Amino acid sequence: MNTPDQTGAAGSSPAGGGVLVLEGAAVAVGARTLWSGFDLHVGGGEFVAVLGPNGVGKSTLLQVILGTVPPSAGSVRVLGGPPGSANDRIGYLPQRRGFDPSVRIRGVDLVRLGLTGTRFGVSVPLRPAARRRRREDEDRVASVIERVGAAAYADRAIGHLSGGEQQRLLIAQALVRRPELLLLDEPLDSLDLPNQAAVASLIGSICCDEGVSVVIVAHDVNPILPYLNRVVYIGTAGVASGPPEEVITSATLSRLYGTPVEVLHSAGGRLVVVGQPDAPGHHHGHHGGLIDGDHSAPADENGGGAW
Amino acid sequence: MVTAVPALAGLPGVTGLSANPFTDLSNMLAYPFMVNAFRAGAAVAVVTGVVGWFMVLRRQSFAGHTIAVVGFPGAAGAAVLGVAVADGYVAFCLIAALAIAAVPPSTRRAFSEESAVTGTVQAVLLGLGYLFVTLYHGFVSSVDALLFGSMLGITSGQVVELAVVAVIGVVAIAALWRPLLLSSVVPDLAAARGVPVRLLATAFLVLLGLAAAAASQITGSLLVFALLVMPAATAQRLTARPLAGVVLSVAIGLGVTWAGLAIAYWSPYPIGFWITTLAFAAYVVAHVAVLATDRRAHRARVRTGPTAAVIP
Repeated sequence: MNTPDQTGAAGSSPAGGGVLVLEGAAVAVGARTLWSGFDLHVGGGEFVAVLGPNGVGKSTLLQVILGTVPPSAGSVRVLGGPPGSANDRIGYLPQRRGFDPSVRIRGVDLVRLGLTGTRFGVSVPLRPAARRRRREDEDRVASVIERVGAAAYADRAIGHLSGGEQQRLLIAQALVRRPELLLLDEPLDSLDLPNQAAVASLIGSICCDEGVSVVIVAHDVNPILPYLNRVVYIGTAGVASGPPEEVITSATLSRLYGTPVEVLHSAGGRLVVVGQPDAPGHHHGHHGGLIDGDHSAPADENGGGAW
Repeated sequence: MVTAVPALAGLPGVTGLSANPFTDLSNMLAYPFMVNAFRAGAAVAVVTGVVGWFMVLRRQSFAGHTIAVVGFPGAAGAAVLGVAVADGYVAFCLIAALAIAAVPPSTRRAFSEESAVTGTVQAVLLGLGYLFVTLYHGFVSSVDALLFGSMLGITSGQVVELAVVAVIGVVAIAALWRPLLLSSVVPDLAAARGVPVRLLATAFLVLLGLAAAAASQITGSLLVFALLVMPAATAQRLTARPLAGVVLSVAIGLGVTWAGLAIAYWSPYPIGFWITTLAFAAYVVAHVAVLATDRRAHRARVRTGPTAAVIP
């Protein structure tokens, strides 16, 4: 059911053109500068993670890209224009908790609203053109639901689905309008480990197969590490971006935090950051085996509290 | 002004039940006031069923209750001032709707405080309504009519008015359908997509105020809330399909209103009691039916469990 019709669009925006270009960008909330001197270049079909502790402005970066928060310095170009000018070509998924069980609407309704939710008025498909459009809409909704693997439960009330199932339908909802850029704010945050791995793999394959650029805000890099082209790390003392193996190093993170930080590599290629100050509250151990076959040790970003 | 007719069984000319239901039906419909009650009840069921479905989906039942209840002091105040009672309902319901819309969309933490403020204002206005009724001495029984309605004193002009409000309500909801659905279920996503979430919320509350005010003239301030919340809640229990849910909500509202009117015609107990009781019975039946279906489906899964691959 998956139609690779996205590849054409992706091919027309070559990596050199830049889906997202930030040069010397800075953002301030009130008098406080969250980050500054931010350079980033995201090409078509690239998968970029934004990492860092709580409160450094990771979600604010997505707001800047959407044009809802203006940068206080530098330049930001999104899909060839200023931020906010091409939001209909961007799929955005805000950080959110799961749906309450009392939300009585089906998954397929949510995905369909992703396509039609901005249209006012009633659609009574009387003319052939309107009928064709409705059929195309329904085909698109069905194929996206198939693409994210949600066909088995899309007809059930979304409040009754698991966190992973809800997240797949939300991704389908963001994907249904064929965006060129996907902005995902902590989509793995409330999921258990098997679902983190499965949803990460889904996002990775969407990015790869359909040429959609993805910018994902994450707490833990390990579930998405195999699919990443680039990492943006926002620390308390600066910003760094580049390939994961260049950014997530003891030297770079020590500079970003302004204090000695050590990065350990597990046998399975997972990354453990030790001595990270002001770290997000990860208290549970993460099993590596679910993603990369590493059954060795619990590998959390905080290293299980090792200081 | 307001007249309360709590029960019909004692009225001259109203005969008891015969063996033939068709004779009973034609007896009942021989009274123009009964025909008008059925017509007005249909219009009220349509507008409250449609608007109420969105009210329940948006979890604005408390706002809806406030808007409905605040019509009571409005109507009582209008009676004191010598203004048309209908104007009192409309003025207070719309003011309440706009006041609730003016409160900025809150975070989860501020919600309890916001509802406490709304509840406080609602309680004060209820007390004020009681004062107005006392000041308007002579018609103490009109409290009944203002709270529980006067479905049997409806003029043909009122039926036309109600039908107009019902059409306005249905057309407006149809025009806003998809953006309103999106912003009701995932407001943050809708806002990110450029849907005017705040404006839609205000438009919906105004619609809710209009529907409540129009229906209150017939159903009273308390019964209108029952018709806003109960058929919609029952419909949402039965289906998660939006359009089917709205249609079902209207159908349940229409069924309980008409059945309530018919039962009250032959019973010594008031219409409002019958409508709320029937609506509650519908909710309980729906709830039990859904539970039973879920359990049967669960048992079927367990039976086929050992052979089938377990994919939750």
